[in-house]
Amino acid sequence: MSIPLSWYLILSAALFSIGLFGVLARKNAVAILLGIELMLNAVNINLVAFWRYGSGSIAGQVFAIIVFAVAAAEVAVGLALIISVYRRRTTVIADELDLLKW
Amino acid sequence: MTPDQIIFLLCAALIVGSALMVVTTKNLVHAALWLVATLFGVAILYGLLQAGFLALVQVVVYIGAIAVLFIFAVMLTRREMRDKGTQVNHNWGISALLALLTFGGLAFILSSWVGFSSTAKAIPAGTDTLMMLGKALVSPDAYVLPFEVASILLLAALVGAVYIATSSKE
Repeated sequence: MSIPLSWYLILSAALFSIGLFGVLARKNAVAILLGIELMLNAVNINLVAFWRYGSGSIAGQVFAIIVFAVAAAEVAVGLALIISVYRRRTTVIADELDLLKW
Repeated sequence: MTPDQIIFLLCAALIVGSALMVVTTKNLVHAALWLVATLFGVAILYGLLQAGFLALVQVVVYIGAIAVLFIFAVMLTRREMRDKGTQVNHNWGISALLALLTFGGLAFILSSWVGFSSTAKAIPAGTDTLMMLGKALVSPDAYVLPFEVASILLLAALVGAVYIATSSKE
């Protein structure tokens, strides 16, 4: 293993920033969820890299598995919400879903 | 350059390139497919980090379930998919600035940390990390409670998703 830890950290920081841009800038609600997936993957790279470069504890992998479960739950509920909204309003543009705004 | 480093760099190029395509491409089906490429790159990274089980779970759960779910959702809401106009909102410039600032800040904070350029010790021969992981997930001294809470969360998400997405006509 000749790869320094810094490479993984920089890569995951870049992936997190790209995901953040996707969440902030995209109009479509499905695309916003895609950005959230990128950010969760960046976090997972960090967790697994710290497990590998750390001191023998398995906690990093356990946390990564919990993140997998949370991501699956988040996507299922998020896409169900988007489909439900699309059925009522026939739009998934986040800017147009302003019913709660006054 | 060792072979490991070359694989890492190719993988990083794949991840960053396809992640950029995910957030910039106009066609949402293509964005979901680029997400598959990103997730595959991350799975290769897990393999490089000697976390083979996580690489497998990444392919099965993320690519097999989550990405396909995204493609379904895009198909079900396809009116916006054919929208050839801009796919970003009017403050995308501020968003890009904020993302760059986040990256710069993270890189700065990380590079001032002592362990930043540490290298990995070899995993001692005879350690079965998969067995350690399995034992940690069911051992009362370790992570059995978070594990069970995650399963309840998945059940609640399943019920919630079915309830929300069911049409209320009948």
